[in-house]
Amino acid sequence: MKTPFLRDLHRYKTLLLMLLPALLFVLLFQYTPMLGLVLAFKEYTYAKGILGSDWAGIDNFRFFFISGDVWRVTRNTVLYNAAFIVINLVLQVGIAVMLSEIRSRWFKKISQSLMFLPFFISWVVVGTIAYNLLNYEHGTVNTLFGAAGIDPVNFYSTPGVWPFLLVFFNAWKAVGYGAVFYLAAIMSIDQEMFEAAETDGANAFQRIWYITIPCLKPTMMILTLLAVGQIFRGDFGLFFNMVGGNGLLFSATDVIDTFVYRSLVENNEIGMSAAIDFYQSVLCFVTILLVNGIVRRTDKDSALF
Amino acid sequence: MNANNKKIRMDQLVLAVVSYSWVTLVAVICVLPFLLILGGSFTKESEIVLEGFKLIPKQFSLDAYRFIFEYPEDIIRAYGLTVSLTAIGTSLSLFFISMSGYVIQRTDFKWRNIFSFIFYFTTLFSGGLVPLYILVVNYLKLNNTFWVLLLLPMINVFYILVMKSFMRSIPAAITESAKIDGAGDFTIFIRLILPLCKPALATIGLFVALAYWNDWYYSLLFISDQKLYPLQYYLYKIIGNVDALKIVAEKSGNKVPDLPGEGLKMALTMVVTGPIIFLYPFIQRYFVKGLTIGAVKG
Repeated sequence: MKTPFLRDLHRYKTLLLMLLPALLFVLLFQYTPMLGLVLAFKEYTYAKGILGSDWAGIDNFRFFFISGDVWRVTRNTVLYNAAFIVINLVLQVGIAVMLSEIRSRWFKKISQSLMFLPFFISWVVVGTIAYNLLNYEHGTVNTLFGAAGIDPVNFYSTPGVWPFLLVFFNAWKAVGYGAVFYLAAIMSIDQEMFEAAETDGANAFQRIWYITIPCLKPTMMILTLLAVGQIFRGDFGLFFNMVGGNGLLFSATDVIDTFVYRSLVENNEIGMSAAIDFYQSVLCFVTILLVNGIVRRTDKDSALF
Repeated sequence: MNANNKKIRMDQLVLAVVSYSWVTLVAVICVLPFLLILGGSFTKESEIVLEGFKLIPKQFSLDAYRFIFEYPEDIIRAYGLTVSLTAIGTSLSLFFISMSGYVIQRTDFKWRNIFSFIFYFTTLFSGGLVPLYILVVNYLKLNNTFWVLLLLPMINVFYILVMKSFMRSIPAAITESAKIDGAGDFTIFIRLILPLCKPALATIGLFVALAYWNDWYYSLLFISDQKLYPLQYYLYKIIGNVDALKIVAEKSGNKVPDLPGEGLKMALTMVVTGPIIFLYPFIQRYFVKGLTIGAVKG
């Protein structure tokens, strides 16, 4: 006598086998680390392993919270991401609207291609580009400053300029890619609406403000929500390759992810880095649930789940 | 009537001028840094040191490139590694992603919702860096292996969900009638479903390939053996580390002071990015197409 479960198992054996590789991957590299978050409450030693190590209570959290690092890196992460979200939204929507107004096809094609280029390169290369531009001795920006009679600026020891630089490079890498979504949304707008507006005597700007932008609202909502859900995750690639180990700039550039990386890999403080990691994972999860909950209540179609 | 016509033309003119000039400005800003790097890579070292990086060098020089190709073993090894990672990784990734996407959208598969949720949940919650690091280094002992570079970027759950929703648009009747004819699930998937998924496979494949090609993060975390540096990480090491440059110089028999250091960094960047810059005009339209299929809401 077979139980129904075994019968199903037999019936679905091919499908289950087909699912297996991806499933194993997810269980090993996604779910096991979730359980591994228990490290935050352990005094980890290599010999005893994760489960065998002694419990540490909340000791791992203590230093991170007392030193004030928690406030500094959380603030930086949230403020940078907020700036990225707003600037990218405005820039990408703006570019998409303008591209849709351009009649010359080759101009549209070429400019779109050029704007897409930064998306294809790695953050390492972006780091080189920043070095080429900003380097104190031979950087292009300082060369131009010199030609204009302005004193050269040592960007790599001036924390105050970095919020602007990081926002700039983030926007630079994302503009062409992000604009694609909005441009596609604009293309799917019913042309009759524009024609009707024209007959009613709307000028070009009114047409954009009263038709194009409202039609883009759902796309803006979804992309913004996805980004807001990740507001406690810093873009490690950006911060690490632009700033690296340059401690002079940390006050203005350190985000949770770079802090965790340094504590873990460079300082080998496993307990503390696990605690920060735990703190970040929980914050992220709560944010996603919260954002989605709010959206569900106001506009059910835009909710992610 | 006439005045009205004129008014419309005026605002369209203003809009056109603003659009063309702003788009041009942004497009130029997007390419200019690449041209600066290109210029820098062809500039004589003494000129960079004295006058800084410029768009067009006064003295054209091939020193930096000559330097790289005088002792090309490292860069060729890194190229070989990255190319094989990208080729093997992308093929396996596409195979696994499409296979699991197919299974979790089959309406006659009773457990599809449970498995979909298992995948979906990982987009909401993640263990983060520290447990993954401990797992790979202390338990699986995969650091400093080819496998860690191949495995970690392989499955992106987001693409499974995209694949799932793409396959929903394929009529379920295809699977059903093939089942009646006695075909097995795997055969149906390979022979009937996969060929219909070409557009989705092309787009996801490009994203995965780009992720492999541009990966430096997993090498940063898990690779310390120089022989296992992929391209991007090799570049990262050279850029951030003058000592690494000196090692290159000594190997190639040059005296360290003659080293075209700044130019070399730029030339190496060009060598590493070259294939992407040449290929991207041809492949970007697939990206655009795929993005607009509706990849936003998985």
